[in-house]
Amino acid sequence: MADHAVVADEEVDLSRRKFLTGATIATGAVGVIFAAVPFIESWSPSERARAQGAPVELDISKIDPGQMAVPVWRKTPIYVVRRTPDMVAHISGHDSELKDPKSEDSDQPAYAKNTLRSRTEEYLVLIGVCTHLGCLPKQRFAPGELYPSWPGGFFCPCHGSRFDLAGRVFDGSPASTNLRVPPYSYPNPRTLLIGEDEKGVT
Amino acid sequence: MAVKTASGAPAAVPVGGTVQPGKKGFWAWLNRRMPIDEFISSQLTGYYAPKNFNIWYFFGSLALLVLVVQLLSGIYLTMFYKVGEASSFDSVEYIMREVDYGWLIRYLHSTGASAFFIVVYLHMYRALLYGSYRAPRELLWLFGMAIYFALMAEAFMGYVLPWGNMSFWGAQVIVNLFGTIPGIGPGLVEWIRGDYAIADSTVNRFFAMHVALLPLALLLLVALHLVALRQTGSNNPDGIEIKERLGPDGHPLDGIPFHPYYTAKDVVGVGVFGLLFAIVVFFVPTLGGLFLEAPNFEPANPLSTPEHIAPAWYFTPYYAILRAVPDQRLGALLLVLAVALFVFLPWLDRSPVKSMRYKGWMSRTALALFTVAVLVLGYLGMQPATGLYVVLARTFAVVYFAYFLLMPIYTRLEPVKPPPERVTYHAQRVMARGGARGARARAGRGCGGRGGCSEGGCRSEGGRQAGRRLAKLACQHQCHRHAFGAARGTQLRQLLSRLSRPEI
Amino acid sequence: MQRGARNFVSYCLGCHALKYERWSRLGTDLSIPPPLLQKDLLPPGDKSTDYILTTMPSKDADTWFGKTPPDLSLMARARGPNYLYQYLKTFYVDPSRQTGANNLRLPTTAMPDVLSELSGLKRAVFRDVMIKGEGGQFSHEQQFDHFETLAPGRLSETEYDQFVRDTVNFLDYVSEPTQAARRALGVWVVLFLLLFTWLAWLVKREYWRDVH
Repeated sequence: MADHAVVADEEVDLSRRKFLTGATIATGAVGVIFAAVPFIESWSPSERARAQGAPVELDISKIDPGQMAVPVWRKTPIYVVRRTPDMVAHISGHDSELKDPKSEDSDQPAYAKNTLRSRTEEYLVLIGVCTHLGCLPKQRFAPGELYPSWPGGFFCPCHGSRFDLAGRVFDGSPASTNLRVPPYSYPNPRTLLIGEDEKGVT
Repeated sequence: MAVKTASGAPAAVPVGGTVQPGKKGFWAWLNRRMPIDEFISSQLTGYYAPKNFNIWYFFGSLALLVLVVQLLSGIYLTMFYKVGEASSFDSVEYIMREVDYGWLIRYLHSTGASAFFIVVYLHMYRALLYGSYRAPRELLWLFGMAIYFALMAEAFMGYVLPWGNMSFWGAQVIVNLFGTIPGIGPGLVEWIRGDYAIADSTVNRFFAMHVALLPLALLLLVALHLVALRQTGSNNPDGIEIKERLGPDGHPLDGIPFHPYYTAKDVVGVGVFGLLFAIVVFFVPTLGGLFLEAPNFEPANPLSTPEHIAPAWYFTPYYAILRAVPDQRLGALLLVLAVALFVFLPWLDRSPVKSMRYKGWMSRTALALFTVAVLVLGYLGMQPATGLYVVLARTFAVVYFAYFLLMPIYTRLEPVKPPPERVTYHAQRVMARGGARGARARAGRGCGGRGGCSEGGCRSEGGRQAGRRLAKLACQHQCHRHAFGAARGTQLRQLLSRLSRPEI
Repeated sequence: MQRGARNFVSYCLGCHALKYERWSRLGTDLSIPPPLLQKDLLPPGDKSTDYILTTMPSKDADTWFGKTPPDLSLMARARGPNYLYQYLKTFYVDPSRQTGANNLRLPTTAMPDVLSELSGLKRAVFRDVMIKGEGGQFSHEQQFDHFETLAPGRLSETEYDQFVRDTVNFLDYVSEPTQAARRALGVWVVLFLLLFTWLAWLVKREYWRDVH
């Protein structure tokens, strides 16, 4: 027989080879996936980003009734409005003009899934970013300010979306969901803590 | 190429490459547009490498692996590192502490740098052992040397980036070396630095070179290196050309297809290397100050030099040579020469044989002395240049240069052994060995079954179809011929040929 | 290490910062619950996500001590735990110096002996010895012989030793907070690679049966 280095054997145990090769490739693939984890995880917000995104405290007793404070949480403006009883009254009576009056499709924690979209009647806490394409809506709290039947709320200058004093979006707006509500809580009656609630820090 | 149908009219020939018959739709589609099957058959399953590669032949593929590790970990580091005098050091600590798994990415890169040099030095040493730089592989060697130079530049610049105190002072010392060049020296140094001392501008440009320019150059050079290798084929531990003896099928008698044999073998090499690499990364990443130097954990301070300035371990032999010479200019010149002399090896080596296995006692002694010299100089480069250390450095520097400069003489003077006609492969090497195994092999009793097939380890797939006994004997014939020597193998072969005759 | 953290806050934070470490990180890694961290360790006015900084203004420190007290985040990696241990244990009284103290491990150190309240005061006794220099000549040198206690500190010798060990261990942690995670993950990686290499070896051997 030819004095070759490799003897092409018919008798080679192919099934054993296939099994071993398959097992090795499978193990290797598992290894590659696990090796990818640190690289993918490294893109998550770092400790520094998480620290900068820590919950923000605000002394809400300093806000005058009818006024809005805008603290920044996770690099986003948060609208904190101290609503007067008159403003609260203007939240009802126009449900038929709203796209999502019961906040079924909108994004808020459970305690804000109500008509007033807040934990308390007096204070409204919203993420001040238009749910259309991300501009910052402007406050238009006075009734009749935009047009005669305007109950008061927010108006986004970029494409004209309108929201009421509970942040709910009006029909005819390019935006389709209500303004988002961040997780928040009141550690004591004077303090608003944005970014932390019963579930813990977001 | 004109193709005609049976009726004589020209047939429509689809444009594109050829496809192996019977392949699935997508594969066929791909192959008409890219030469994938051709590549596999010409570069992998159809590329024949010598069958007698030993442990020294792992380091080429490992070098490629380390290159990939460095590229991957390096790119990820650039996502978090902030270059600049004021921010570099802090950003590295940010990576180590605040980026998820940042510490792992950093250690992969720092360990990888040292691993790269370990692997490359062993890879080069193989060439010294077996004459892999000799004709027709001179160009392969030159590309390899170019890779080595690019690697040294890459490592040097990379080391400056963390902006630790050793980063700063190491850069200061080495860049100042360029000042020894007559005439243009001082201007050149300022031009390299972009400032009157190692500064923000320096680290910034080193960053650009380290991340973009040199990796591209390295990739290009590695590609050229592989193309040159493909052209000549690999050398082997016996230093003989396997292409000189071809079989009837046109392939070297002593060659085996790269795939699956060396792909399988290299994966084992990857596993072992990975184990060692992981042990360092996870348990001793600083390796006692060899892989990550302690002074570099302090920020760069232009007003405070570390007690011992030493470059990274992979540069220390050259550093020792530099300091051994009392004159600064001459020292710098000799440092350059020490690195550059490798380039000339293909022409310095005048031996009639390639491999150290067949070279004479002078070459063996020279290589042994050279090896010792490199190791000792490496150690000396890490010590202060005082007293006995200086004497030793000078002595071994002379040994170092003698290896190269005397080579044309000793390789021609010495008596050499004739290299074999065919490569020496494991079984035959066992026969040449002493001890019980060798005696058994020489007595025709083979190596006793530990040569790669194991006793009773030959199995027969085809046996079930072809008739158990016949096929099993055929398999055993291969196995036993190798393991148990020619006699038993012949017995079986005779039995086999009797059994397979139609009359029976 | 919790003791070391407490030691550091009590005795070192006055001058030395750990600017790469956050309080919250310290709490998590050393298993100190947030209320306790707030009460016992956090300086008033600092948030838990802040970096551990010192209140000493560096310009004034420069004037008072001749150099700014260095940040200690990486000191254990830069000089080694042994150095730190020896440094903290070899302060001695030296009236010739501005701070009234000197140190065997780092002679003419700018740092005063802030731990003398705990370690007590001691004097260094030197011996005059003759040593052979490089050129072969003999010269006189002062060689350290032993310490002499001048006044006991609040801690006994064993207690002070423990104090220093705790503090140095703490600094060793701060220099690389991820070390525990590193080693834990390493075990799994090594085990996996052992498995993989073994399988790859079996495959190789199987294919190489063909080769003669």
